[in-house]
Amino acid sequence: MGMTIAEKIIALAAGVDSVKAGDIHTVELDRLLSNDGTTHLTIDMYNNLKNPKIADVSKLVWVIDHNVPCDSVKTAASHKKMRDFAKENGIKFYEGKGVCHQIMMENHVRPGELIFGADSHTCAYGALGAFGTGVGCTDYLYGMVTGHSWVLVPETIRFNLTGKLNPGVTARDLILTIIGKIGANGANYKAMEFAGEGMKTLNMSDRISICNLCVEAGAKTALMEVDDIAMDYLKEHGRTPKACFSSDADAVFAATYNIDMSTIVPIVAKPHFVDNVVPATECSGMRIDEAFLGSCNNGRIEDLRLAASVIKGHKIAPTVRFLVVPASQAVYEQALSEGLIDIFMEAGAIVMNPNCSVCWGSCQGVIGEGETLISTGTRNFKGRAGHKDSFVYLASSATVAASAIKGCIATADEIK
Amino acid sequence: MDKFKGRVWLLGDDIDTDIIIPTEYLALKTVNDMAPYAFSPLRPELAGQIKEGDIIVAGKNFGCGSSREQAPEVIKALGIKAIIAKSYARIFFRNSINNGLLLIENPDLHDEIKEGDEIEVCVGQAVCANGKEYPISSLPENLLDILNAGGLVKAMRRLNGLED
Repeated sequence: MGMTIAEKIIALAAGVDSVKAGDIHTVELDRLLSNDGTTHLTIDMYNNLKNPKIADVSKLVWVIDHNVPCDSVKTAASHKKMRDFAKENGIKFYEGKGVCHQIMMENHVRPGELIFGADSHTCAYGALGAFGTGVGCTDYLYGMVTGHSWVLVPETIRFNLTGKLNPGVTARDLILTIIGKIGANGANYKAMEFAGEGMKTLNMSDRISICNLCVEAGAKTALMEVDDIAMDYLKEHGRTPKACFSSDADAVFAATYNIDMSTIVPIVAKPHFVDNVVPATECSGMRIDEAFLGSCNNGRIEDLRLAASVIKGHKIAPTVRFLVVPASQAVYEQALSEGLIDIFMEAGAIVMNPNCSVCWGSCQGVIGEGETLISTGTRNFKGRAGHKDSFVYLASSATVAASAIKGCIATADEIK
Repeated sequence: MDKFKGRVWLLGDDIDTDIIIPTEYLALKTVNDMAPYAFSPLRPELAGQIKEGDIIVAGKNFGCGSSREQAPEVIKALGIKAIIAKSYARIFFRNSINNGLLLIENPDLHDEIKEGDEIEVCVGQAVCANGKEYPISSLPENLLDILNAGGLVKAMRRLNGLED
């Protein structure tokens, strides 16, 4: 029987010839990411072990990205704990350089790797053919100390993509459509694999955006084949693959969906669930107080270019705060050199340092009671971006930019 | 842990980790400090009403969202003995076992009981509520060992002879 990409990566990490969905295997982890959301808890537990040791420090990547710059004395203490521990133990450490998943994609992820991240959006790494999965800090600690962990081999849902997205429609609209179709737990415990002719039309930024959001359908991981586009990205960033896999022709899938990308339209996910999706036009005219462009989902240079192309020559509505947050220092520098930051500033945006920002509702841009945010962030849960009685609409960078100009939810084709 | 009774708090579908413990309280020093704010976006009064030994009964996809381990920790800190839901999000499921919080799956119970009912749980066998038995499956032994030790770290410490 053939294997899926997820099965092949787990087999390699488990040191066996083949595995099948439903098996439980002990695997050697290739890389372990942790950020300031929970690392202080991991350190506390580590210090509570008897003669603790890190199995292989070269596999650890720690990133301070959730509260940057630090906004309270409590957070400062937790950052200091993380900074000191990283230094003492020689752990690869980033602070203020960007959102952890963007940093991982730019600097660390290799095709074929099995990566644990103490952050749910670790599934983004599938864009480079790596099995990334989110875990809590206890599982992280176990992996950090022993070098391995156990995984249940997931079933795979396959999405065959054909056609091409229309102008003004983005990969973000595609994945929101898919989540709306299968539901917020439609891929629970499963892998989501994307393949088909349509993949050729999606650049790396599109692919990261798609894989990153799969956890919002409950997925354990998301995966894509490593093609020329992925290999070019890898080479450009000076890395080589561990292994490049594709699913066998006779691999077994839990379900298969065929999606013609030309049928996708701009989408909005309404409060308070990511699968509560409607065409953006259905929310047209809904007043907003704040707009956010950024996050591990949509803070890359391609997103900034798209938003700037919508905004150029316009002003942000006077009733709207528009936060622009590049996903990494590299993205920020690129945006500066292309003049995009000038466009945002001239339009009246607030351009921030790279970090998770209002996507996770702390540190900056938090919204108040009764306020409405349109966001390229990852979640629209009740209270996610601030007050419990506030409202988050998720949309693409194009729709967020258009809405910031109009002062209400609008699509890019409404901006002339 | 084999058999226990508890009072039910009834929650709906897709109870996410931001509802269980909102971001703004994650900076507090301990989970006991966070516990009064558990479920506050949905039911601000709930944390104050939960008593030791109570049981949460919920719909599908309980614990969806973030990997924050404070979510199961804070529920445990409130004294919740077990959660019985139609289904769980996978990261929350692992985190709960790793923190010694018992999770039980049952498709029917949620739709047939009301808040405040007292129910009895026979771990690995059935839940009894209002004279009806709802069968539940048993967890594998290695996961039960972790639960009974109070979590993965405690189980590791026990293996190392650091805890009884």
